[in-house]
Order: sequence, then C-alpha cells, then structure tokens
Amino acid sequence: MEIHEYEKLWLAGALLLIVGFIATVAYGAVGAGVAMVDDENGTVDPDALDEHPKFSDPGVYESEDGGYDVYVVARQYMFQPGTQQPIEVPANSTVTFHVTSADVIHGFEVVGTNANTMAIPGEVATITVEVGGPQEYGLLCHEYCGSGHHGMEGTVRVVPRSQFNATGVSA
Amino acid sequence: MATYVDRYPDEAGVVKATFAVAFAALGVGALFGLVQALHRTGYLRVIDSTDYYTVLTGHGVLLALVFTIFFLLGLFTWAITRSLERPLPNIKLTWAWFGLTTTGAVFAAVAIVAGLFPSLDMSADVLYTFYAPLQAHPLFYVGLAMFIIGTWIAGVDWFLAYREWRADNPDERIPLQAFMVLTTTLMWYLSTLGVAVSVVVFLIPWSLGFIDTVNPLLTRTLFWYFGHPVVYFWLMPAYMMWYTVLPKLAGGRLFSDPLARVVFVLFLLLSTPVGIHHQYLDPGIAEGFKFIAMTNTMFLLLPSLLTAFTVVASMEHGARQRGGEGYLSWLGALPWRDPAFTGMALAGIMFAAGGFSGMINAGMNINYLVHNTLWVPGHFHLTVGTAVALTMMAGSYWLVPQLTGRRLYSRPIALFQVVLWFVGMVFMSNAMHRAGLLGIPRRTAEPQYQSFDFSATVGSVSELRIQMAVGATLLFVSVVLFLFNVLLSAIEDPIEMPVDDSLPAPLSGADGSPVVLDNLRLWTAIAVVLVVLAYSLPLASIVTDGGLFGESGAFPVFVDAVYRVAGVVA
Repeated sequence: MEIHEYEKLWLAGALLLIVGFIATVAYGAVGAGVAMVDDENGTVDPDALDEHPKFSDPGVYESEDGGYDVYVVARQYMFQPGTQQPIEVPANSTVTFHVTSADVIHGFEVVGTNANTMAIPGEVATITVEVGGPQEYGLLCHEYCGSGHHGMEGTVRVVPRSQFNATGVSA
Repeated sequence: MATYVDRYPDEAGVVKATFAVAFAALGVGALFGLVQALHRTGYLRVIDSTDYYTVLTGHGVLLALVFTIFFLLGLFTWAITRSLERPLPNIKLTWAWFGLTTTGAVFAAVAIVAGLFPSLDMSADVLYTFYAPLQAHPLFYVGLAMFIIGTWIAGVDWFLAYREWRADNPDERIPLQAFMVLTTTLMWYLSTLGVAVSVVVFLIPWSLGFIDTVNPLLTRTLFWYFGHPVVYFWLMPAYMMWYTVLPKLAGGRLFSDPLARVVFVLFLLLSTPVGIHHQYLDPGIAEGFKFIAMTNTMFLLLPSLLTAFTVVASMEHGARQRGGEGYLSWLGALPWRDPAFTGMALAGIMFAAGGFSGMINAGMNINYLVHNTLWVPGHFHLTVGTAVALTMMAGSYWLVPQLTGRRLYSRPIALFQVVLWFVGMVFMSNAMHRAGLLGIPRRTAEPQYQSFDFSATVGSVSELRIQMAVGATLLFVSVVLFLFNVLLSAIEDPIEMPVDDSLPAPLSGADGSPVVLDNLRLWTAIAVVLVVLAYSLPLASIVTDGGLFGESGAFPVFVDAVYRVAGVVA
C-alpha cells in the first residue's frame, strides 16, 4: 500500500501521542494513585435505604484507620446530609464519600475540586479524597434529575479538628 | 453531462425531502437553543425554569439526532447513487424508510413539545440522554424506535444497491463514497442494537406500565453503547464531504484514497466498544472495564488525526494547483470567497480544537475535573455543533443546486452565514470550556446557587455569561440566514448549464491499496468481537448486581404485567 512519506511521519507521531496519553492515565492509576469509582462497593436496595446500616442514618463516621467515611443519600432535590445541614469534615484528613440515590440518577460534585461522581439508584459510589485546611465548598447535583434539578445544592465544610464531631464510628 | 437531478430525479426527490426535514429540525432546534442560552445566562427569560428542560430536550433531540441524521440519510442516498452510478433498486422502499423515520421523529418531537402545554398531560423532558428512571411519555420512546427502524431500512436500501452493483462489477474496487456509506451503515447497525434493546425491551414496556422498574445502570449503559458511536454517525457525513468534496472545492483532489478507507475501517472497528468512557464516574462498573474503554477511545483518535493530515494536505494540493506557493502563503490561494469551501475549512479548524478537548474528556483521571460540567457541551458544540453542522450547511450550498437544478439564491449571504457561525461558536465554546473548568455544571436552568459562588481565575463569570449569550444570538441569526438562503434557492430560476458536480480522482487511487480493505465481512466480524470483549463482562456484572429489571422488581413484576394484560383482555 502506498503511504506518502510525510503521512508515515504523521502516523508515527499520532501513535506516539496516543500511547503517551494511555501511559499518563496508567501512571495516574498506578503511580499517582488516582483510583476510579468502581464496582467494589456493592449494591443497595434503593427502596430500603432505611434498613441499611449506614444509609439509614447518613452522616460522617470516623473509621478505624483514622480517616472519615461520609454516607450521602441523594434524592429529588437534596443531599442528606449536605442540603439541610452541611457535611462537616475535619481539616487535613482522608475522607471517603459513599454516595447513593434514593430515586433517579443524580450527580455529586464538590465545586472546584475533582471530588465528582454519579449517584445511581441501587449502586454505591465511593471516592476518597485528601482534605486540606478549613474551607467551605459548594456541593451540587450535575446530572439532570427532574424539573427541580437546578435547586439541588449543598455545602461541604472543612472545619478545624477541635470543632469536629462525627456521627459515629464506622464498622 | 447532466446534473444529479436530471440523472436520478426520483432519488433527488428523496434527498430533498430528507433535507427538508433536517432543516426544519435545525430551525426549531436553533430557536430552542437561543431561548435556552438567554434563559440560562439570565438575559431574557420567556419560560419557567421547570420548562427549561423541555426546551433543552428539544434542542438536543432535534439538532443532535433529527437534523444530523436526516441530513446523513439524504447525503448517503446521494453518495451511493452517484458513486455506484445507478439508481436505487426500489424507490418505494426508499420512500418507506423516509416515511417511517419522519413519522418517528414527529412522534418524538410532539411528545417533547407537548411538555410546554400543561393541559396536554404529555411530556418528555428526559433530555437527549433519556436515562431511566426519569420517564417520558410512551410516544417519545415509540417515536425513537420507529426512527431507528427506519434508518435500518435505509441501510438495507443502500446495501441492495451495492449488491446489484457488485453483481455487475465482480472485480472492481468499491467506489470510495459507497465504501464510506457501507462502513458507516455497518457501524450504525452494530451500535443501535444497544439503544434498540433499551427502548423496546425496557423503556416502552415500563412507560406503558407493564413493568414496574428498570435497572438504571443497565439502561444507562445500553444508552451509552449507542450514545457514543452515534457521534460518528454525525461525523461520518462531514468526513465524507471533507474527503471527497472539499479537495475538489479547494481546486485539487483527494490526497490518498487507501488511507481514507483505513480511516473508515478504524471507525467501524473502534466506535462502539468505547461507550463506557461516558461512565468513568459511574459506580457498578469495574475500573478494568473503564480502562479498556479508555484505551479504545485513545486509539479512536488515530482516524481523526489521519483525517486532519489528509484534509490539510488535500487543501494544500488544491492551493498549489491554483498557483499558491511558499510554506504558508499557499493558504491565500484557496477559494475563500466560496461559501461551501470556507464553511468546511472553518469547520475543520474548529474540529481540531474540539478534538483536543475530547482528548481531555477521554483521559480517565482528568475527566473527574470536567465530568458533567459546561466543558462537555463546550466540547460537542465544537464537534457536532461546528465540525458537523457547519460542514452540513456549507455542503448544502454545493449540493442544493445539484438537487434542484437551480442556482443558489445568494453566495455573499452564504459566505457571511458560515463566517458568522464560526464567530458565534468561538464565543460560545470558549466560554463553555472555561466555565466548565470553574465547575459550573451543564444542563441546569439556574446556574447560580444560594450557598456558594463560582470563582474565575481569569476573567469573570459574568463575562462568560455575556459570551455565551452573544454566541448563541449570532448562531441563531446564522441559522435563520441559512434557512432563508436555502428556501429562496428553491424558487430561483433553473440553471441552463448543468452544475459541475464531478469529483476528481484521488492522487493515490484505490488500486494502490490491499484488496482486504474492501472485505466488509471481515471488518464487521472483528468489530463484533471487539464489542463482545468490551461489553459482555460489564453487562453481565451489571445484570448480576442490579437485576435485569432493577433491584426491587426482577421477574415477578413481569408476571404481574401478564396478569394485568390478561385482565384487560378478559
């Protein structure tokens, strides 16, 4: 097959770029430790969240390894916790959000950060983030979830450790 | 030599009809886009925020599905007849698929627009990505199903024409345009299976009340199984015009026929096993499957990068034929006063920018930052909104005279129109990309929140809003000019001399490429294997975890539905 010389160079360059991109993502996963939201966290019955050990009382739990687990239920059109009372986590800690939905598909985005996931009924999304100094963040639903979608917002507040009270201890 | 309409009057009629539907959808969809952009930016509010999503659904469905795919149906009908040099085998079949797709599109559009009239008790504000458990009126899903089946029959029509041609020409290479039509059609068959299963097996029975629940993740995954490849169904008509029409308009000829075939084969192979890259942030899908979709997506950059080379090289060749010289000064020798050429060239430039923002989306980890923000519509307003839509509008300026035998109403207005689209989209997509980086979400009627503000490091949020509103207004004016120009062209005087619709042979012809490139069976088989590899395990895992019909329902509900139907009958 006849391929022009410049075309060959371009082809090689394009392949190099592609392999380079894949390498950076692979490095992000293995080297820098950017974990993806995945299927490790099992499923829940969206109609029976009140029987779930944690989603029945969503909130911030201290975990045994010194980090914090935040259980959040998204529903039309609020986050529990987050909307009626802010999600409060202590400064300079490792926080794992466990997010699910009680009705339709929602989004969960801590504005201005890469703490971002989908909330799908029946599935539990888990993201672990490193939290810095005290600051207040906006929380919003970024997946259209019905005619009141634009009002679905909340607050994540990073507070000094001295002011922090957890809901309980994670199992 | 006669013009297309003289050689194939019946086919020209069908192509004109599909273009008429496409352009009607373009007009309404653009109006919805303007209403929506002015509402969202707060400059002019003529609807309630709750109706915003109905308008948004109309904008997405009418432009991304109806406009693009009806244009494709017409363009491919034109391309298959002119490149195989024979009429379609059965024009009744052709009108049948036109009737079915049009009726389906009208049903879906009615279900959407009815949402603006509360007394009608019908709505479909589920957006272009109609994920369950948000529910639309059954008419919406039935319309979608009819539309898809109509496109399948169109594909059969084109393959029948090919079969007749092959019987008469057993040893010839498939003409390039026909090759593009056939590979794209195969890709469409493969990728629409997912959405057809989702709509027919789950969403229609569920919206009619025969089943109580669906598995949201399953229907969402089936949607994206179709939802990404459909992007290439928008793009392929634009690519076909860039490969076969643009070089001629530039004054030269296509650089390489074999590489054009390689590009279309790569699209056939790689378009479908990538949909999970829309679900990087979905729970319930393992990281490994996401990684597979990511690598496939990255390799899918290859055909587009090759196209970038070929398009630029063909333009340069054309410019040099016209006397252009130097490293870059040949650019001045291109026919910039020709609206068809200029529109396509500007579309190509915007596609390069859109390709780069797409590479960011495809990066599995960087995606966390931009997922579901305004960055994403910024990206596809460059790809489908400009690369595709602008190429289709520019291409129409060249095609419509061939289809009608009449001259274009105004070339200067046409030239102004394509440039206006480019400028409008520069404002709109630039602002959307930047807003996305600040975390401003897509698809929301009120992007201001009570308990926090978005902060811009460069410029300000209000400046971004102005840009979006200005961009949307320019784009709407551009569409109005386009429709006005095409409409008036239909009542122009007939042209005495036949339109020059010939396409020159490529510099490197098909003879230089291996025959295996034309082996459509082989490529289809490999494409199927890739899809099975990418999707069988994730789908099995989703069904195992969440049930075929959702967590609380599963099969017993289906039995209930049978009883209910039996009750109605008895």
